[in-house]
Amino acid sequence: MPVRMRTALVPFATLPLAACAGRQSALDPQGLQSNQILNTFFVFLSVAAVVWIAVTIVLAVGMLRRKRAADQPLALHQPFERTAGRVVFVLGLATLVIVLGLSIVSYAGQRTVFAKDEHALTLKIIGHQWWWEVRYEDDSPDKSFVTANEIRIPTGQPVKVELESADVIHSFWVPSLTGKMDLITGQKNELQFTAKNAGVYRGQCAEFCGLQHAHMAFAVLALSPDEYGRWRDHENRSANSPTDPLGKQGERLFRARGCALCHTVRGTLAGGQLGPDLTHVGSRTTIAAGTLPRTPATLGAWIADPQHIKPGNFMPKMPLQSDELIAILNYLEQLK
Amino acid sequence: MTVMADERELRDDALNGLELSTRLDRIWRTPSGLLGALMSVDHKVVGRRYIVTAFAFLLLGGLLAILMRIQLAGPEQTFLSADKYNQIFTMHGSTMMFLFAVPVMEAFAVYLVPLMVGTRNIAFPRLNAFSYWMFLFGGCFLWISFALNVGPDVGWFAYVPLSSLQYTPTKRPDVWAQMITFTEVAALAVSVEIVVTVFKLRAPGMTLDRIPLFVWAMLVTSFLVMFAMPSIMVASTSLILDRLVNTRFYDSSSGGHPLLWQHLFWFFGHPEVYIIFIPGTGMVSAILATFARRPVIGYPVVILSLIATGFLSFGLWVHHMFVTGLPQLGAGLFTASSMLIAVPSGLQIFCWLATLWDGRPVYRTPLLFVIGFIVIFVLGGLSGVMVASVPIDTQVHDTYFVVAHFHYVLIGGAVFPLIGAVYYWFPKITGRMLSERLGRWNFWLAFVGFNVAFFPMHILGLIGMPRRVYTYTADMDWAHLNLLSSGGAAIFALSFALLLVNVVISLRSGALAGDNPWDASTLEWATSSPPPPQNFDRIPVVKHRDPLWLDHASLPVVAGLSLERREVLLTSLAEAEPQIREASPEPSIWPLLTAIATTVFFIGSIFTPWAVLWGTPPMAVTLIGWFWPGGSKEDEE
Repeated sequence: MPVRMRTALVPFATLPLAACAGRQSALDPQGLQSNQILNTFFVFLSVAAVVWIAVTIVLAVGMLRRKRAADQPLALHQPFERTAGRVVFVLGLATLVIVLGLSIVSYAGQRTVFAKDEHALTLKIIGHQWWWEVRYEDDSPDKSFVTANEIRIPTGQPVKVELESADVIHSFWVPSLTGKMDLITGQKNELQFTAKNAGVYRGQCAEFCGLQHAHMAFAVLALSPDEYGRWRDHENRSANSPTDPLGKQGERLFRARGCALCHTVRGTLAGGQLGPDLTHVGSRTTIAAGTLPRTPATLGAWIADPQHIKPGNFMPKMPLQSDELIAILNYLEQLK
Repeated sequence: MTVMADERELRDDALNGLELSTRLDRIWRTPSGLLGALMSVDHKVVGRRYIVTAFAFLLLGGLLAILMRIQLAGPEQTFLSADKYNQIFTMHGSTMMFLFAVPVMEAFAVYLVPLMVGTRNIAFPRLNAFSYWMFLFGGCFLWISFALNVGPDVGWFAYVPLSSLQYTPTKRPDVWAQMITFTEVAALAVSVEIVVTVFKLRAPGMTLDRIPLFVWAMLVTSFLVMFAMPSIMVASTSLILDRLVNTRFYDSSSGGHPLLWQHLFWFFGHPEVYIIFIPGTGMVSAILATFARRPVIGYPVVILSLIATGFLSFGLWVHHMFVTGLPQLGAGLFTASSMLIAVPSGLQIFCWLATLWDGRPVYRTPLLFVIGFIVIFVLGGLSGVMVASVPIDTQVHDTYFVVAHFHYVLIGGAVFPLIGAVYYWFPKITGRMLSERLGRWNFWLAFVGFNVAFFPMHILGLIGMPRRVYTYTADMDWAHLNLLSSGGAAIFALSFALLLVNVVISLRSGALAGDNPWDASTLEWATSSPPPPQNFDRIPVVKHRDPLWLDHASLPVVAGLSLERREVLLTSLAEAEPQIREASPEPSIWPLLTAIATTVFFIGSIFTPWAVLWGTPPMAVTLIGWFWPGGSKEDEE
């Protein structure tokens, strides 16, 4: 029975379900920084286009124009040689001026992109093979909490992310908001960005980090400041306790079947540290680090066999009876 | 020293014509039979093997690329597993960089440089044979490991800590790191040979300002290899030590740092790009002069550009690390230094354009590839200026934009000139012409296929596709461009299949080439095709930068080298004035035996540190055999 249950759920998991992925494009800037970078890019692109077209034209004309006499390779026309030398020299100088100019444009853009705001909202993000731990830290511990693979931020306010790694090197990249920054073992990096508009912006690990590097995405949800405040208050709370019998059974099985060894559900005895915090997993938009949209079907398929969806990830396939799986699924869905 | 011998020995001024050729042939010939073949120290034999082996690796690396393009042609494909894909992209990068691009350039140099400078063999020919065997064994080691599912899977850059024992407890990173050691030993050996050949074995009269541009390019490349490769050998050896005996060079929890690896790797890795590109420019200059029917404009400018490129290439490795959290001002300075390399590259392009402008181009296949090179490489150089900018790089770093960029630079800058070079020098090496008709098809398929395959990748990177992902979801809008790119890759692959067909057909039935089918100007065309074992019956005297254009009918020569043993003429560094006659080594089996002993040592030492102990005596024995005083006449006198 459990086997049939799993095979029944698996096809749902591999359905390409759109809409909640979010934007992920440097050409679609929704943040102050990505906008600045795109402007710098367009300056470079214009210069590059002009240079490339000019070279191609000179090449074409050079090939088509009337030529000197053949078969006299060493009969060189000295005035031409001198002129050619001068032209090459001038073009070399022009190249120098262009690259120095572009260096200045680049540095000006860099200063804007990396400008720091003292009052930025600060988050800590810790990269794991292959998911993102997100820590909202506050001066008072009762306002600090941990979540995973989903970052909610207020629009119009600078956000500072402090980047660390729990294992290998990863890279934090949300192209619609800003450029990337590595999460390096034994080092603390930071990155600031400001979302201009509300929306869902997809991010993805950009540094090869092992087997499932391809499935290490996350979502940034930019909310209006009010909405953000409400979400933060809610997210800070401990998990809902289920009231229905199935949910209660699920909560018990969550601990009895080993889930709690790796996962934390705040306000319960589940306090594992190896996997993502699941306190409000029922309100997240995706599962398995952006691999799939979160629906009962995908979550069920994931619990049934995580190795099918994301082979090699560190969540083992647990030996669950199908009724146990349904109970746990019911419980997790209630963790809104 | 040799004055006393003069009366006794036979010199090449005593004989003429066929008698002279036969006699020299007998002295310089590679011994017959399998053992003879294994003993060969002829730079042409070794060079040919080097070229063929490097192209075999190109074929293998290309097949891997096709597998990746099949996997990525659509979203959520299951053609390759994550594990296989990661091995394959690592193998593709490592094969192309370490087993194809660098060796193939050195291979052409090994074959051509002695001919182009007018001598009978490369300097240190036994080292040359050793270098080839090390390259062959290192490449086979990597590919056999891959076949046994121990192929490296941590990227061709093998960043720690992913490649450390903790996160990759298999032997895969060790295989990668030790393959590096093999190929670096091979590359360093060739570099020493090239530098000494160019400095000391040039034909009399070939002053520094008469050296062919291809030879200049290989000289600069050889110095780059000598300064860049030690960095990667230090890096990969300390990685092996970290993994084997827990030395902790890169372990941040005990005082090491992962960024140390990145600095060492890219201090090699960036010059590496120029180690591949500079020989390409040398090929371009050689082909362009011949087919534009005039010398390249700005000979000194081109040489100074090559040297400037060489120096600058060591000052911009940090642009591979712009997103590692370096101080902003420092990163900004590396933007400027990275862009600065556009100046010498630009100067060379301008010289070539001026040459074509004034020349009377003969549009044969080699020239087509050079024109393709200019169009593609300039585009790649310009996208290189973009990635040198810190803010732009934070977006495009580690995305398909960068994949597009470096394929434009490396395929455009090195492979197009290389294929041009194959068409150009094939007649010299084999004595037969490649088919011009197939050549044109080859060029157009390559040009179109390449651009269709790689141009869309720029856009893919900008719309968010990271590198090194084995799959992507359907909702990412990447499918169409990926499919287009895969289609282009198929056309590009077809162009290489056509090249292979052309080579096979032409080897059997191509038109006979004659000595100088293109009416080219440099010395390799002054001898028969293929050249005899002694290269030249008499050493030419050079009075002009383009000796064969100056003197069509008869090249002046010097005489006086021995006809009883292998002898080359040493000349002075700057003016190439004759200095001394020098014995050139006879064929020997010891380089092969030494390479086998070294291989056992290298492979053993990724499994146990004791290999350093038991692996050394066989190497010592073979080296003693190699250097055992042979009692040559020179020694006796």
